[in-house]
Amino acid sequence: MRLSRSAKITLRIFAAAVMAAIYLPLLLVIVNSFNATTSGAFPITDFTTRWWEAAFTNEGVREALWTSLRVATVATVIALLLGAMIAFALSRYEFFGKNTVNLLVVLPIALPGIVTGVALNNTFKTVLEPLGIGLGLFSVIVGHATFCIVMVFNNVQARLGRMNRGLEEAAMDMGANVIRAFFTVTLPGFKSAFLAGGLLAFALSFDEIVVTTFTAPPGTETLPIWIFNNMARPNQAPVVNVIAAVLVLLSMIPVYLSQRMTGDDRK
Amino acid sequence: MQATAASGAASLVSAAAAVTPAISLQNVVKTFGEFTAVKGLDLDIRQGEFFSLLGPSGSGKTTVLRMIAGFELPSSGRIDLAGRDVTRKAPFERDVNTVFQDYALFPHLSVAENVGYGLKLRRTSRGDRRRLVAEALEMIRLPHVADRLPSQLSGGQRQRVALARALVLRPQVLLLDEPLGALDKQLREQMQVELKQIQRTVGITFVFVTHDQEEALTLSDRVAVFNEGLVEQVGTPEDLYERPSSRFVASFLGNTNLVEGELARGLTGSDALLSIRPERIRIRQPDEPLEAAGMSSVEAVIEEIVYTGPSTRFVARTSAGQKLIVQEQNDSRASSAHRGDRVRLEWSSRFNYTV
Ligand SMILES: Nc1ncnc2c1ncn2[C@@H]1O[C@H](COP(=O)(O)OP(=O)(O)OP(=O)(O)O)[C@@H](O)[C@H]1O
Ligand SMILES: [Mg+2]
Repeated sequence: MRLSRSAKITLRIFAAAVMAAIYLPLLLVIVNSFNATTSGAFPITDFTTRWWEAAFTNEGVREALWTSLRVATVATVIALLLGAMIAFALSRYEFFGKNTVNLLVVLPIALPGIVTGVALNNTFKTVLEPLGIGLGLFSVIVGHATFCIVMVFNNVQARLGRMNRGLEEAAMDMGANVIRAFFTVTLPGFKSAFLAGGLLAFALSFDEIVVTTFTAPPGTETLPIWIFNNMARPNQAPVVNVIAAVLVLLSMIPVYLSQRMTGDDRK
Repeated sequence: MQATAASGAASLVSAAAAVTPAISLQNVVKTFGEFTAVKGLDLDIRQGEFFSLLGPSGSGKTTVLRMIAGFELPSSGRIDLAGRDVTRKAPFERDVNTVFQDYALFPHLSVAENVGYGLKLRRTSRGDRRRLVAEALEMIRLPHVADRLPSQLSGGQRQRVALARALVLRPQVLLLDEPLGALDKQLREQMQVELKQIQRTVGITFVFVTHDQEEALTLSDRVAVFNEGLVEQVGTPEDLYERPSSRFVASFLGNTNLVEGELARGLTGSDALLSIRPERIRIRQPDEPLEAAGMSSVEAVIEEIVYTGPSTRFVARTSAGQKLIVQEQNDSRASSAHRGDRVRLEWSSRFNYTV
């Protein structure tokens, strides 16, 4: 498409403004984590790595990071298994209520997090706690898994829909049973969509705060919750900057990788 | 005549093979919901035969092929392979391989891995596998593409790799669903010759789906003509072309003049429908005497002349209004008839086929 000169310039200015609005604050957080003054005053006069050291030796931060990693990893694994299985079942088999299942699986991403959170909170408190399963790491993982599944499911389902079903038939024609055909032909076909979905799920879980608030028991903090609880404390502000900087990097890497992966298959 | 020659040849093959067909369909019906795609099909395909399923789009050819391969379950009826009932067997339990219309090569595997896929499943040793794959690629004359991905091949090369991938397993029966459909005319004709040669060399039964009547006639030992889920006629190409059993077969295989009513009565003395092939008819001057005894003849006026390279097509009309098409080779015997000329059309009476 050819654009006029003025249109090009206008587009560039808009793009630059949007980028600036998104990324300057992020940059500011990272820069500020090296600011020697605790008030975050600008311009920066003294650089220091003191806050980074403080952050890494902070017991609360370490615990929160460990919790976040465990939750994100387990939720992602659950999402990978269930998301891919549901996507495969929905795209390859006809059954009663298929559309309903499809809708129910993607709904959690559309529902406000607060609704999911309250619902899960109620379920655990009123139904599961009497059975011995109260709020805990498990309930946080379940909460995260509800929206992580959607990431994997959507990616895999889109890919399966575009894949040639004849390939599976060809595999069976040459002697592969259903399971062999799945692992030798279907899985390689959606592998990158599968991994990309997993990375997105991980990133999403890692910075989730709303559902976590409602499903975590008192005293259990993920990294975002720790930030939330400590932001208001003046002496913790610089450490919060450090954690925020780490979060930015940790969630951008998976998103970047998943973009690269889905881009790769398109050629 | 042709029929007796064919059965004579068959009787030379071992008696057992002659009695047990490679494929036997017995009263096979396939319905999709309300719609009946195959309406009670009986068909025997002999061992080592090049057998074509020919018919217009939607006549049920692919459905029949998919039932033989095991991708579709017949709604009723029975399918035998080499005398064994396989009606309810899964595709991977049948000694049948398919060349798919879109080739269905695995995009993430190299050509060699594609061809070796089935062998690997059979736990053929690595050494044997490499040798068999190399031989198969040799047979399709593409040994140099072994390490390429399917996306790096031309359409004709993909087609040949799909053929090699199916043949390397040495199935009893090879099913081909319009394998040449995606190729241009020239490549198509070249591949037809190769396909026929390969079939003769390996001696495997080929079941070939096509809607191209010329392709079916040139390649096949026998052809089944499909129409709306039913087989209209089964026979050698000559049977079908020279002795069509129905109006549909006569008009589907090449051009023909279907003659009925007064002219037909005049020619044969009965009311039956006649099929007269355009290339059998000669154009003569009205006053010329009949060439020989036993000729049919009718006067007509040339209405249209279409030059098609090796031959010319004339459209003539009799005084009674019957349209007759005449196909004439452009050789030394060509008539020099012009549009509007009054001529006499003449053909041997043995070419008056009652349909
Ligand atoms: N899975 C299906 N569900 C419903 N109808 C089907 C299905 N498969 C085939 N049909 C119908 O059955 C009929 C026969 O289809 P089939 O594919 O066998 O035709 P064909 O002779 O191979 O035609 P073509 O030359 O176009 O490939 C068609 O009317 C088609 O619409
Ligand atoms: Mg078809």
